[in-house]
Amino acid sequence: MHFQSFSEFLAMGGYGFFVWLSFGITYLLLLGLITVSVYQQHQFKQQLKATIAREQRVKQYQEQQI
Amino acid sequence: MFKWLDPYAKSETLYHFCGKLLPYLMVSALALLLLGNIWGLAFTPADYQQGDSYRIIHIHVPSAIMSMGAYAAMASAAFVALVWQIKVAHWAVLAIAPIGAVYTVIALVTGMAWGKPMWGAWWVWDARLTSELILLFLYLGVIALNGAFSDRQVGAKVSSLLALIGVINLPIIHFSVEWWNTLHQGASITKFAKPSIDPSMLWPLLISILAFAVLLLALTCLRLRTAILMNEQHRPWVRKLVGG
Repeated sequence: MHFQSFSEFLAMGGYGFFVWLSFGITYLLLLGLITVSVYQQHQFKQQLKATIAREQRVKQYQEQQI
Repeated sequence: MFKWLDPYAKSETLYHFCGKLLPYLMVSALALLLLGNIWGLAFTPADYQQGDSYRIIHIHVPSAIMSMGAYAAMASAAFVALVWQIKVAHWAVLAIAPIGAVYTVIALVTGMAWGKPMWGAWWVWDARLTSELILLFLYLGVIALNGAFSDRQVGAKVSSLLALIGVINLPIIHFSVEWWNTLHQGASITKFAKPSIDPSMLWPLLISILAFAVLLLALTCLRLRTAILMNEQHRPWVRKLVGG
C-alpha cells in the first residue's frame, strides 16, 4: 500500500481532483455504454415479442372469421 | 484453409457463439479492470516527477491503445464486408464503432485531466491530441454515414469505405510523438525495446490494457447480437427464439 491513510489516498498528493475526475468519467462512460447496450437488446426483444404476439392474435382472429 | 470459419459467417451460429462467450468476457473484463486499477491507484509508488497525477496512466493508456485497436478491428470487419460482401461483417463494423468512440472520448478526457496539472492546459493543438480527435470524428463519421442514405445498402458500403480509408490515421497517431515536436510524452511500452516504465507500474498497466481489450470483445459480442436480431427479425429462427 502506497498511501498511509484513506484521506491521503483521496488527496492523491494534491492531484485528487484530476485523478478522480479521470476515473469518474471513465467509469461513468463505460457503465453507460454497457447499460445502453444491454437495454437496447432488451428493448428490441420486448418489441419483437409484442409484434409476434400481435401477428398471432390477428391470425387467430382471421381463422375464426372463416 | 479458413473453411472452419465459414459457419461463423452465418448469423444464427454467430449469435449463439457470442452468447456463449459473453458472460465470461464481461466478468473477466470487469475483474481485470478492478484489479488493474486498484493496483495502479493504491499499490504502486508515485512517479518521481509527476507525483500521484501519473496514476491517470492506468486508464489513459489502455483506452488510447484500445481506441486504436478497436479501429483496426472495425476496419478489418469493413474490409471483409466490402470484399466478400458478408452482411454480418458490416453489422460488426456498426457494433464496434460506438465502443471505439467511447474509448476515444475516455482517452481524450483523461488526457485533458492529466494535461492540466502537468502541462498547464486542458487542451493543446498538438499532433497526438489532434490525430486522436480525428479518430473520434472518424468513428462518428462511420456511424453517421451509415444512417445517411435512404438506401441502406449504399449506407453500409460508404460507411465501410470510410472505416477503411481512416486506417491511415492509425500510424499517424502512433508516430505523431516522433514525427512532430510535441508536449505529449513518447511511448513507455514498446515491442522492440525494454519498457521505460518501472516493472512495479508496468504490471497493473498491462492488466488494465488487457481489461479494456476484453471489454471491447465483450461489448462487441453484446452489440453484435442485438444487430443480428434486428436485421434478421423476419427470419424463422429469430421468431422462434424471441417469440417462443
